[in-house]
Amino acid sequence: MNNDSPIVAIRNLNYAVGGRPIFSGLDLAIPRGKITAVMGPSGTGKTTLLRLITGQLKADSGSVEVAGEDISRARRDELYVLRRRMGMLFQNGALLTDLSVFENVAFPLREHTDLPERLVRELVLTKLQAVGLRGAAQLMPSELSGGMGRRVALARAIVMDPEILIYDEPFVGLDPISLGVILRLIRRLNDVLHVTSIVVSHDVKEISSVADQVFLLSGGKVVASGTPADLRANPAPEVKQFVGGLAEGPVPFHFPGPDYFTELLSEDPEL
Amino acid sequence: MLRELWNSFIASLEGLGAVVRFLFRILAHTPRALSRFDLISAQIYNAGALSLVIIMLSGLFVGMVLGLQGYQLLQRFGSEEALGTAAAIGLVKELGPVITALLFAGRAGTALASELGLMRATDQLSAMEMMAVDPVRRVVVPRFLGGVIAMPLLSAIFSVIGIYGAQLVGVQIMKVDGGSFWSQMRASVSLSDINEGIVKSCIFGVACSLIAVYEGFNADPTAEGVGRATTRTVVTSAVVILFLDYLITAGFL
Repeated sequence: MNNDSPIVAIRNLNYAVGGRPIFSGLDLAIPRGKITAVMGPSGTGKTTLLRLITGQLKADSGSVEVAGEDISRARRDELYVLRRRMGMLFQNGALLTDLSVFENVAFPLREHTDLPERLVRELVLTKLQAVGLRGAAQLMPSELSGGMGRRVALARAIVMDPEILIYDEPFVGLDPISLGVILRLIRRLNDVLHVTSIVVSHDVKEISSVADQVFLLSGGKVVASGTPADLRANPAPEVKQFVGGLAEGPVPFHFPGPDYFTELLSEDPEL
Repeated sequence: MLRELWNSFIASLEGLGAVVRFLFRILAHTPRALSRFDLISAQIYNAGALSLVIIMLSGLFVGMVLGLQGYQLLQRFGSEEALGTAAAIGLVKELGPVITALLFAGRAGTALASELGLMRATDQLSAMEMMAVDPVRRVVVPRFLGGVIAMPLLSAIFSVIGIYGAQLVGVQIMKVDGGSFWSQMRASVSLSDINEGIVKSCIFGVACSLIAVYEGFNADPTAEGVGRATTRTVVTSAVVILFLDYLITAGFL
């Protein structure tokens, strides 16, 4: 496979939850070795997209190709082989709460390899050093702040040297310092480890400062794509509303419902 | 009305089917999980050792009540010496396995269900999936086996302490003759009585542990969902234990 082919290729993807379509005919190609951001308003299915890319959910129709394999048709064991080449950072870190920081990072090594303890220790400490938390190795997850927890989860995500690193809303609820640290880590890990990074986020400013390429999702489709600068210059109203953070626009302020006055004046409490 | 009944009957059959499938999934992973005995022994500690205090205290009190009631009853027929037999058979065949299982569902079952439910709610199970580690093998199977192994041991301890409690009241306080208390017990409790107790507690162990890990693993990832899973664990376990108890007892007779 040549190096220019996209590492994730989504073609004509359809996915619905309880009859409500989340994606209808989505096409998306994520280039190798870059930081790609997937942005969009809350509820557009960004996290759902990540779960489709990682095979946690199966597409209703269409194909999701990851590293040349169609993940929506993979069996469980094939999925596990493919997932060893991915690292994922969950929104809240998802550290295993009964294990220490060290054991959390060592977890994939212990489960998948038979490395001698000395080597495990070396690998874990190297990864913890990379995220600046070697000193916290013996703490329990409950003793960490939100930002530290996410950095430990990042160390765990890179311990098996994945080809793809996936971040689900990595900036939510972080103070400015932790946020800066995470941003710098995303950039550095991408460049040093030569991985492909996929970042799902709705923080326009933060993500624009690190992403090489941005996809803006809305209403189950890609409404804009390009570099962060392209996006800022895009005149389409959906894009302007999202990038500018405007309350009114194609995404309405009001959740759809019956007419306001009709409902207020109605006698029927069920309406 | 009939249609609703029929629908709920079908729904409960589907639920049962899902639990049985989950059991097969657990059994399929068991051989590999056995190679990590450190994980299982940690769960035997969690389900077993941590339940010891409540099991021993309950066993003592149940035995004491049994001693008192049994004495009152047997005295009417002038056969207080049979107290040892009555208490031992009652405990070994019925009360030991059943009460241990009910307490186990309340103490260890709820702990298992809420732990797994919270792991689901905080994405820990998804994180394992993403690390290509099957959470059924790594998390569910050790907890299930821990419960299955712990239950007969707890039940045996319950019965032993219960017999001691009955002896405490019957012999020490009510002054039943100690020699006949023990000798009648030894003469009339047969191996098949003890076997029945062991079979019961093993089956209860499988049922309780399975219900707890199933409910926890499949909990809705919300605070409400985890709460519901915990409640359902206790309620379902209690009903299933008593139902199975009848079936096994009928089978042994």
